[in-house]
Amino acid sequence: MNKHGSFSRSRSGNDIPSHVFLIIVSVISVFPLYYMVVSSTNTSVDVLKARLLPGTALLENLNTLVTTTEFLVGLRNSLAVAIVGTLFAVAVTSLAGYAFEIYHDKVKDFTMSFLMLSIMIPQAATLIPMYLLFAKMGLLNSVAGYVLPFVSTAFLIMLFRQNTRSFPYEIVEAGRLDGLSELGIFVRLFFPIMRPVFATAVIVSFMNIWNEYLWALVVMQSPDSKTLPVVLAGMTAGYTVDYGMMMLLATISTIPLALMFFLLQKSFTAGIAGSVKS
Amino acid sequence: MLKKMGQEKKRRLLGWLFILPGAAIILLVRFYPMVSAFLLSLTSGTMNNQTFVGLQNYARLAKDSLFTTSLFNTVIFLVQIPLMLMLALVLASLLNRENLKFKGLYRTLVFIPCVTAGVSYSMVFRSMFSTTGLINQLLMSWGLIDTEIQWLADPWLARLVILLAMTWRWTGYNTIFYLSGLQSIDKSIYEAAELDGASKWKQLTDITIPMLSPIILLTVINSINGTLQLFTETKAITAYGPGNATITLSNYIFKLSFEYLPQYGYAAAISYIVFIIVAVLALIQMKVGDKR
Repeated sequence: MNKHGSFSRSRSGNDIPSHVFLIIVSVISVFPLYYMVVSSTNTSVDVLKARLLPGTALLENLNTLVTTTEFLVGLRNSLAVAIVGTLFAVAVTSLAGYAFEIYHDKVKDFTMSFLMLSIMIPQAATLIPMYLLFAKMGLLNSVAGYVLPFVSTAFLIMLFRQNTRSFPYEIVEAGRLDGLSELGIFVRLFFPIMRPVFATAVIVSFMNIWNEYLWALVVMQSPDSKTLPVVLAGMTAGYTVDYGMMMLLATISTIPLALMFFLLQKSFTAGIAGSVKS
Repeated sequence: MLKKMGQEKKRRLLGWLFILPGAAIILLVRFYPMVSAFLLSLTSGTMNNQTFVGLQNYARLAKDSLFTTSLFNTVIFLVQIPLMLMLALVLASLLNRENLKFKGLYRTLVFIPCVTAGVSYSMVFRSMFSTTGLINQLLMSWGLIDTEIQWLADPWLARLVILLAMTWRWTGYNTIFYLSGLQSIDKSIYEAAELDGASKWKQLTDITIPMLSPIILLTVINSINGTLQLFTETKAITAYGPGNATITLSNYIFKLSFEYLPQYGYAAAISYIVFIIVAVLALIQMKVGDKR
């Protein structure tokens, strides 16, 4: 009887141990972020006392952040590289992925396979030659230099190529009959229909560029070209650390990503799992 | 007919034009540096004064204790992967239950660590685990400890903090992969198993894990790849410390190239070791992927 009871409960999927487990995991998942956001409203002293309630020091922290750190420079640079980089990345990789599928032939298929090999090249292995090359090309401390490695990735090209398979070829042919140019078909027909895929690519690309730390340290070394992660990590370098202010910057750095997450949760999870479907 | 073929050819050429920018950039920022790094690894000296030294840099690795330490740490950090992936698998199968209450809310909460920027969450963990930080204060107020634990000053505790941080950040990420895999498994298989009286555990080991094996493999390789390239957490949370106890290969490459007098050739040699490990793993992935 007892056995049967637990069986039917687990069948409905709502047994108590499962919910307890999910609640514990949920709390652990959210807690560091809660602590981060709450701490950004507290003074450094309160943060060190592990105060877990919202405080009233938000504006004070913001003021310290704006007046005593490179926050505004970092924000400007981070927004510039993320926006410019994402736009270029989506344009370049969508066009390539589309062409690999729509105009495919043997040489193009081979080229795609070759480009896929680049996925196995670790970032650390390319760091020094890229730094030396970019120094020669005058690309250090520039938006162009920072975004170039993000503008074209085999992963994004693959994402577009795979999804182009579900784009009916009849639409391409109909576009040709209507007198659209090949680029016109891509812009006027492919883009509006495949908007969800573009949304996924925007998220993946923006997150990668916004979060990047190692490459930012290498290529954006001058004080004027620091991005937010570099400014944030640099805050622990001094003798006294203003934890309230630091947590505020950590929170601000997370806001664009959180906004994307809540507005586009479907595309977000689809984007992360995108490589599964390939 | 002839005109049509001409058009077809024209379009294929135009296709190359569409592909060109993307392909050219990948050649420039991936393949060129890869070749260049190898040539660099055979040299010694600074930017304008490089001499060819053959494989000397590679020979030097064997005697370099900091290289051994960073390799050791990198391997230690791999330990976390099976635990994290098991947790993700359990979470995904719970979150995939048809009638689970608050499913949407749980999913959002479990996925939420994915949205946090690497350096941001590193800073949060750094202050949570500092000597006077939140974790110590909580443990003390619950009466679990009498004196503060020096989380970041003890080599093994510092490694533990890095492991906890990585698990926190990436479990939800892997759960997304498993969940999307689970959703493509036909529900009737479970119903049949249920009728046959198979327990939940049996269903997990006999249905879920075999059906998900391609995705499990993908996440294993992804995680190993990411851990082998670990940089941000060990720089931002522990600053490689205490005394290089948490330095990773990527940290060491960065340190050699940009924190001391640059030793590009030697750093390039280490980066090639990382490349070889990653490449071998990627080849395994492709081999197994082909079998699908």
